[in-house]
Amino acid sequence: MTGRGLVVVLPYLWLLLFFVVPFVIVLKISFSDIDLAIPPYKPLLEWAGKNSLAIRLNFNNYAFLFTDTLYINAFLNSIKVAFISTVLCFFIGYPMAYGIARAKPSTRNLLLLLVILPFWTSLLLRVYAWIGLLKANGVINNILIWLGVIHEPLTMLYTPFAMYVGIVYSYLPFFILPMYANLEKMDWQLLEAAEDLGCRPWQAFYKITLPLSRNGILAGSMLVFIPAVGEFVIPALLGGPNALMIGRVLWDEFFSNRAWPVASAVAILLLILLVPFMMWYQSVQARESAGAR
Amino acid sequence: MTTSGGAAVKAAPWRDPAARPYVQVDRITKSFGDFKAVDDVSLKIYKGEIFCLLGASGCGKTTLLRMLGGFETPSSGKIFIDGEDMTGVPPYERPVNMMFQSYALFPHMNVEQNVAFGLKQDRVPKAEIQERVATMLDLVKLGDFAKRKPHQLSGGQRQRVALARSLVKRPKLLLLDEPLGALDKKLREHTQFELISLQDKLGVTFVVVTHDQEEAMTLASRIGVMNHGEIVQAGTPSEIYEFPSSKFVADFVGSVNMFEGKLIEDEPEYVRIGSEELGGTIYVSHGISAPPEAIVWAAVRPEKIFMSTAPPEGTDNVVRGAVQDIAYLGDLSIYLVKLPTGKVVRVTQPNTSRHAEAITWDQLVYLSWDATSPVVVTR
Amino acid sequence: MNYRSSYFILTCLGFGFAFLYIPILSMVVFSFNASKLVTVWDAANSPTLKWYYALLNNEEILDAAWISLKVAVINASGSVILGTLAGFGLARFSQFRGRFTLNAMTTAPLVMPEVITGLSLLLLFVALEQLIGWPAGRGITTMTIGHMTFSMAYVTVIVNSRLATFDTALEEAAMDLGARPLKVFFVITLPIIFPAILSGWLLAFTLSWDDLVISSFTSGPGSSTLPMVVFSKVRLGVSPEINVLATITITVVTLMIVGVSFWMGRRAKLDKAAA
Repeated sequence: MTGRGLVVVLPYLWLLLFFVVPFVIVLKISFSDIDLAIPPYKPLLEWAGKNSLAIRLNFNNYAFLFTDTLYINAFLNSIKVAFISTVLCFFIGYPMAYGIARAKPSTRNLLLLLVILPFWTSLLLRVYAWIGLLKANGVINNILIWLGVIHEPLTMLYTPFAMYVGIVYSYLPFFILPMYANLEKMDWQLLEAAEDLGCRPWQAFYKITLPLSRNGILAGSMLVFIPAVGEFVIPALLGGPNALMIGRVLWDEFFSNRAWPVASAVAILLLILLVPFMMWYQSVQARESAGAR
Repeated sequence: MTTSGGAAVKAAPWRDPAARPYVQVDRITKSFGDFKAVDDVSLKIYKGEIFCLLGASGCGKTTLLRMLGGFETPSSGKIFIDGEDMTGVPPYERPVNMMFQSYALFPHMNVEQNVAFGLKQDRVPKAEIQERVATMLDLVKLGDFAKRKPHQLSGGQRQRVALARSLVKRPKLLLLDEPLGALDKKLREHTQFELISLQDKLGVTFVVVTHDQEEAMTLASRIGVMNHGEIVQAGTPSEIYEFPSSKFVADFVGSVNMFEGKLIEDEPEYVRIGSEELGGTIYVSHGISAPPEAIVWAAVRPEKIFMSTAPPEGTDNVVRGAVQDIAYLGDLSIYLVKLPTGKVVRVTQPNTSRHAEAITWDQLVYLSWDATSPVVVTR
Repeated sequence: MNYRSSYFILTCLGFGFAFLYIPILSMVVFSFNASKLVTVWDAANSPTLKWYYALLNNEEILDAAWISLKVAVINASGSVILGTLAGFGLARFSQFRGRFTLNAMTTAPLVMPEVITGLSLLLLFVALEQLIGWPAGRGITTMTIGHMTFSMAYVTVIVNSRLATFDTALEEAAMDLGARPLKVFFVITLPIIFPAILSGWLLAFTLSWDDLVISSFTSGPGSSTLPMVVFSKVRLGVSPEINVLATITITVVTLMIVGVSFWMGRRAKLDKAAA
């Protein structure tokens, strides 16, 4: 069948130009200097004399990032926050996915719909909802005071707590859906066989269901962890000034400080940090689909 | 009244060296990497035949069929259909149609549209399409179902739609991939005869792939038995059954008792084989060609063995044993008789009498067979 | 399933869904609250529709919504074309030059943090503008290009996985009956995988409609999208008009999802019976 390559030419070129090339440019700019100009960076390649290019590689930006504790803390904090959020998503999301996978087909569709609905509603608006719930005169405080449980409003907004709530809330569907997809394919007769052979239900779960759903857990975790590391909106709206997340740092460097080269360096380092996880995700997906065939 | 294999079986064109084959497969090989799915296969199929490719799964029969259809290109060799070289020709340009195992009916079109699809591709005029589709649907007895969609039909009905769709274009060759596999036993038998009748009426050449030897025996004018990508024997059903050319074929088609032995006497009109397995001698009333001292196998079909409580005459082709197991199947019974040598012989007897003298477990019986019954194979 | 463990699962489900929906419901409820403080219920004057009127007269929000709509529609349509081509290629052709790269390029955007994608796109547009003069400044065009780049990855995954369960015998049968490959795609494959393509369109539309980060990086003066306007308002705290916007959004999304899944449910019966 001729022409099979042509089918993919259009998307291939598009992605090459608008996805891959930009990363090269980010890399390039991360090595240049800030300039009070438009655009605010000095050109990297310069024609120095006849037919020779002088490449000015400036490692200052990277050095700056490694020495200034703000950035190091931001990276580490981002990883910590993303990791904890992923774990929380697992503990909340796994039982939910399990419950949906074991439900009757008619109930299952309804439950899936209920999971998908928040997913299709704007993230921004849903995070905004938490502002209304967590603030000093917000819903939760009002109810607790009205019930007499507390007398002074709790400070929940603009704290790390709020940020965790926001991230777990926003990314929960991203964990549940691939987890459900994995559990749905499970042969439940394996559990019956285990129980027939003397296993108690919890043991059967631990020894059979959990290991077999490993790929689903990994896929769901990656879909939460990787984007959460670079998350910007939630720290900006719910976390306080102490919520140092690297995505927010990048944004501030870029928009507030107009320090494009530094922002680029942050992006490159963040990318380097996340690429191993992205490759792990790809290999999990490949294994899952190979197993299904 | 139709017989298996249709009109072709009476003429037996494969016996006529001057007859021109309708489909010629010329040393076809298909490799997937190091694995040879089809290994140097050559075949001649004549017009009007129902030719069955019979074999276990993985033997290459489906790959060979797909090459005839144009869905796989051979790694080497040629395919000729009606004299034309069709080796590299894509499926949409071949005068060949296929009936798929899963039927592959287009779910978003109704029965009529499904059947008409092929004719539309050929840009046949609308009026003619309508007429041919209607005729074909009547032929497969689905005239009332024209407007239904596939999901509203039963398995048997869907199969008939698939058949109608592939026959309406009057192809030179119709390929059928396990056509009866999805049907239950009664329906299968009924459909087998319907297929034969249809083929006879339309005169289309069929190539059928199946793993079910009963199906092959019923449908085929000739069978090609395949193993590991090769055709190990091609012939009429009775030739394959009564004159297998190898242990594999003898064992694959029907059940058989194999007695290993050595030639004691080797004459042009008869051979005598001494078999330790049997614990006796086998006298075969025809000559065979085998080197002296060769190890041969005598294949005796279970229905050709006679079982009695009194000793028969003669010392050749006689042996004594104890009934080990009995399986009662209604129309016949299968007896497993254990010989003193340890070998278990399978004997089938029709239950001709309702109050037969019952042969029971552990009973001592004599097994004997005619000198014409054994087939000697050398490999 | 064991009586006790199913109790546990039911409780988890209950809490989980409550967790997911209480914020949404609270937004809806307080959109009818007369008080400007939003979360302090003004029992004397509520429930009221006054904020609904205010929103529908808010020029800034309406203009932004219009821009978001334009971008989302163009994005969805373009992404579906690119994504279907890529998904088809990846599903059908197991070997071609660049397959690994294409596969990587269509799965990376799914997990990549948006700040990285947004930044890189902006730098690309700036560099391109310097080099060849296009695009002249950032605006709707650059935003749409940015959205299409990540939306198409989602469509690719959807189409690819749909084609994985597609019975190739249907395509072979069509070819066997005389249809050439291109015709087979349009007459057989496309109609059957249409629900997947439709959900890809809807997903791409939603992703674009809700997108904040990439839009912020790739937009220009005068091309603020709805999320950008919402974000600037929300940074300052709660605002009743945003509650109204949320309620309208949720209603529309709910109706759409219920409608589409109902339609898909009927079609799934068709597909299942034909398998």
